Amino acid sequence: MSILELKNITKSFGGVTAINDTSFSIEKREIFGLIGPNGAGKTTLFNIITGNYKPCSGTVTLDGKNITNKKNYKIVKDGIARTFQNIRLFSSMSVKENILIGLENSTSYTYLEAMFRLPRYFLQERKISKRADEILEFLELEKYKDEIATSLSYGIQRKVEIARAIATDPKLLLLDEPAAGMNPNETDELAKLLFKIRDHFDITILLIEHDMKFVNHLCDRVMVLDYGKTIFEGLTEDAIKDQEVIKAYLGDFKHA
Amino acid sequence: MIRSINKNFILYLLISIAFVSFSPYLFEDYGIRILNNIFIFIILAVSYNLINGVTGQLSLEPNGFVAIGAYVTALSLLSEDLKWDLFQLEDPAPWVLALSFDIFPALLLSGVVASIVAFILAVPVFRVRGDYLAIVTLGFGFIIKVFAINSPEITNGSIGLNEIPSVLDSYTIGFIAIVVVILILNIIYSKFGRAMKAVRDDEDAASAIGIDTFKIKTLAFVTSAFFEGIGGGMLAVLLTTISPDLFTFFLTFQLLIIIVLGGLGSTSGAIIGSFLVIGGSEWLRFLDGPIDIFGIQTDAHPGTRMVVFSLILIIVMLFAREGIMGKREFSDIFRKKR
Repeated sequence: MSILELKNITKSFGGVTAINDTSFSIEKREIFGLIGPNGAGKTTLFNIITGNYKPCSGTVTLDGKNITNKKNYKIVKDGIARTFQNIRLFSSMSVKENILIGLENSTSYTYLEAMFRLPRYFLQERKISKRADEILEFLELEKYKDEIATSLSYGIQRKVEIARAIATDPKLLLLDEPAAGMNPNETDELAKLLFKIRDHFDITILLIEHDMKFVNHLCDRVMVLDYGKTIFEGLTEDAIKDQEVIKAYLGDFKHA
Repeated sequence: MIRSINKNFILYLLISIAFVSFSPYLFEDYGIRILNNIFIFIILAVSYNLINGVTGQLSLEPNGFVAIGAYVTALSLLSEDLKWDLFQLEDPAPWVLALSFDIFPALLLSGVVASIVAFILAVPVFRVRGDYLAIVTLGFGFIIKVFAINSPEITNGSIGLNEIPSVLDSYTIGFIAIVVVILILNIIYSKFGRAMKAVRDDEDAASAIGIDTFKIKTLAFVTSAFFEGIGGGMLAVLLTTISPDLFTFFLTFQLLIIIVLGGLGSTSGAIIGSFLVIGGSEWLRFLDGPIDIFGIQTDAHPGTRMVVFSLILIIVMLFAREGIMGKREFSDIFRKKR
């Protein structure tokens, strides 16, 4: 059964149609790539899936559940986590505190229990603190855990953002250009890490990326968007040979 | 992390309790009075800091909630006979006459009334993003004042209320201040406090990670209103006389100076700020009188105090852009610099 299904999604801003009647579905444990030239509507599609934008028409289904018009923080509880194109970590907090924010929804103590420090507070805080350490260890970030998150190098910050998303215990992880600004070495490492995350946490990954080598290595299937329209959906190796895709990226030589 | 906070926390708690307990032996009557004032301002500043510093929502409301708290406590404490005596413009409303509580229930009621009003304000304001809270709360402060002047059957109008029984000694005020600071620190060092800081740092990222930002902002706002209401009630008892003029924007402004000077978002900073601003402006009072500088006698220039005080503030803000404590707490100082 597919974990995420989009049906006939259309989204326009004023007169501009950013997404035009797009449908696709992602299978469980798949790594699915979303590619396309700048302005194709990839990030808009991300924002629709995560509930930041409401689509003008169409439905989004997560694991058989309609999440089309849900608020974004509720969709997180349903099992979708994301990272941002430009890293958005909480700048006043340490790496570990950033992860703890992701773990908020796995605690249930109330405001008054926190205020008066009742036993459930200690019990659950200890539990999520341990869980945060486990996640940090898994991503080999434990030596940075007390550093202020935004003082770290770019690559590490990316990893922290992924760790924070994983902390929400998602079924589906959305990564917006995870390899942007990384050198080939770091990109290879990231690909390895994403395979490791998929296998260990048993999650599905949907990612936007421009680095075709990275996409080719990582993604089982891709969808190519151009001007809000799907121009290709299928296996990654076929996408690179597809005429439409080449035209979208390189232009149409006949008319040039 | 939890353990290291606990160890430091107990140390600072013991120091605070010792300070409150021995303060009557350290200071004379005048000093005690200022100290009481400082304790109340600590309550106000620490709770104001929760919405303004920790959650990062610019709000200009404290004078309104302090006024609500002060009037509720004052009306609860005044006896029925006294109310008949005091209300000269118009007869007191029946429910005003019936309102009668001991000091602690009265303070609690002050907090509850203030937080209910805060909740009513929060629901429309936090539905939208932006600095609307500042505008709405600024207006709210003025509305409360106008309401107090124009509702003589409840507030005795611009004459105000006096002969409020002075039922709080400096121990009680000090210990209430300690309890309030502990409760607010407990919030800050919990998932709710982390969520508030997340909202301050990046609201979009916070909601993308599963935080209901509307709920968190409302919680912070209602909580600070609750403790500001209590602080207002204590202020009424300390002053024994209140009038609408007491709760102008100047009060909010003073609290804003305190938390910015101490460091927005730092509870320790709010405490230091209260001592410096309230204590400092009292200590500088000698500048208003005639001064003897190396044998040269100057005349009394009332107002010199505020000039010097402002200069000191400017100098402090020049050298410590983020306030004295920044976003740190006492317990961070001895830890390795991050």
